[in-house]
Amino acid sequence: MSASKTERLLNLLIMLLVQRRYVSKDRIREILYADAPSTDAFEKTFERDKEELRSLGVPIEVGQMDAYFDDEPGYRIRADEFALPEISLESDEASVVALATRVWEHARLAEATTDAVGKLTAAGLDLDLEALEIAQPRLSADEPSFDVFWEATLTRRPVTFDYRRPGYDQPLTRHLEPWGVVRFSGRWYVVGQDTDRGEERVFRLSRVVGAATMSGPAGSFVVPPGTDVREAARRIEPATPAEEVVVLVRPGAGAVLRREASSVEPDVDGPDEDTPWDRLRLQRAQADELLAYGPDVYVEEPASVRDEVVARLRAAVEAAS
Amino acid sequence: MSATSAGAAKDQVARLLRLVPYLHARDQVSLEEAARVIGVPADQLEKDLRVLFLCGLPGGYPDDLIDVDLDALEGEGVIRVSNADYLARPLRLTPTEASAIIVALRALRAGSEPDTREVVDRALAKLETAAAGSTPLVDPGDDVPSTLALRAQLEDATRRRRQVRITYYVPARDEESERVVDPHAVVSHHGVAYLDAYCHSADAPRLFRLDRIHEATVLDSEVTTEQSEPRDLSDGVFGGEEATRVTLHLHPEARWVEEYYAMEEVRPGPEGSSEVDLLVGDERWLQRLLLRLAPYAAVVRPAHFGDGAADAMRRALALYDHPAG
Repeated sequence: MSASKTERLLNLLIMLLVQRRYVSKDRIREILYADAPSTDAFEKTFERDKEELRSLGVPIEVGQMDAYFDDEPGYRIRADEFALPEISLESDEASVVALATRVWEHARLAEATTDAVGKLTAAGLDLDLEALEIAQPRLSADEPSFDVFWEATLTRRPVTFDYRRPGYDQPLTRHLEPWGVVRFSGRWYVVGQDTDRGEERVFRLSRVVGAATMSGPAGSFVVPPGTDVREAARRIEPATPAEEVVVLVRPGAGAVLRREASSVEPDVDGPDEDTPWDRLRLQRAQADELLAYGPDVYVEEPASVRDEVVARLRAAVEAAS
Repeated sequence: MSATSAGAAKDQVARLLRLVPYLHARDQVSLEEAARVIGVPADQLEKDLRVLFLCGLPGGYPDDLIDVDLDALEGEGVIRVSNADYLARPLRLTPTEASAIIVALRALRAGSEPDTREVVDRALAKLETAAAGSTPLVDPGDDVPSTLALRAQLEDATRRRRQVRITYYVPARDEESERVVDPHAVVSHHGVAYLDAYCHSADAPRLFRLDRIHEATVLDSEVTTEQSEPRDLSDGVFGGEEATRVTLHLHPEARWVEEYYAMEEVRPGPEGSSEVDLLVGDERWLQRLLLRLAPYAAVVRPAHFGDGAADAMRRALALYDHPAG
């Protein structure tokens, strides 16, 4: 029956929490498991109860009862390890903390955040969230493998998964010690040590095929000190030319380019006289996005971007004819 | 014992460990209020309290037990708990709880104005201390702010039922247009936020990507269309519009579009190429996509669908090959 089990779990917790010293297994059995029909049955139930309390975050310690006489293990819960440290949140701090419950668009983490806020505000701050005027970001994590990588990062356990690289059809099995997960441009990535290649690697979670699995015990590896997961993920972004890009644009076209341009020089000479042209200076631009405008955009500089645009157009025109 | 009741006992312990510190900080709380704060029905909370009543120190004397005033509970619907000082502090945060809230605050920080950011920083510092070294290596990124203020503005307009004038960029036509819309909701699909609204220029419901709304002004006029059911985006954002199924041949360099846009079907081909089917609502959108992917993508069928792009490529190439003047 569930009620009596709750009672037993809570009594076990209280018993181990209020004692300064370790409590012996015999005493625990005598007080709380007196109705266990056999030693086996007691051991089994006691093990399960300890695990359930631990999964709630209750730190049950195992230690030697007595340094001199016997080696029987004893159990205790240290009050300073058990309880949340005193965090005195100012009322404005408590409000942003409470606001955090609305950030996750991910069921499990939204719940974990709500539980955390419940603990943090248990001592009694009554909050009025509507009074706050802050724009709230939302964090979603639709990738099916997100939970496994999140958990593995927290517990430092290696992960095995199948990964599909763009342009390749057959996924490859990869082994990773995940150091951290990071979001970049709305997508989640995992950064870690690829143990097959012996190098740092970044993987996009949306390209993980099927289920990712954790292996090995918690704390299997150490994250190199000073690891900056955001910096690691940034390195995988496609390199964009650092040079300024100068383009000619027909009037009325390229609204987005015009917004991004550091300067617009209207009515200049262009490659044809069908329309006037405007000269735009852009901090950066890739051939891809310039190609999308077809004959409404003409690349002047630099030569590298201009050559790429011309080469790609020529290849496409030749392929079509 | 079934797995369900085992889980139920664990959940009940978790609730009680939250409930006791909450009650400890107050003289008395009404059952209704406590149930609302803890997030369970009142009758469940009453059951929880009756279990708590049976728990306490291992001595077995009445004084050892946690005291729940059952008369007050049954009579006035008021909870009074005493003799439970050892449970007065809430349980430490689990690693998942600590990480979830710290990452959420980091996301809030990224989107906040300087004065709010200072508050978030203070809260984060306290939490990171409390999490004692288990600070997660999880970074929510800082790419949120660009549409954040806009989102708040649109959500506010939705709540107040006010019309909004937006300047919207349509990449397919490479043009900006101004329109007045009745905002109904802001929805997310694959990490992209959309405004679900009734567009008075089109006289039809439309989805607008927030990152393409370049300006938005909330008007004094009230909306004239009724709030529709929240739109289900699980079938993609083209639902309802007239769309043509187009088959493209993609070289490896162009296959990123398989993840970027909703594909009906992807068929891997030789040498890393593929054939994909997608729904195209606007032919000009497809033309721009083909230009962008040149020369790594081609229309397989319907055949004439690639003609516009091919013509645009010839004219673009001519600018470089035969510059006039």
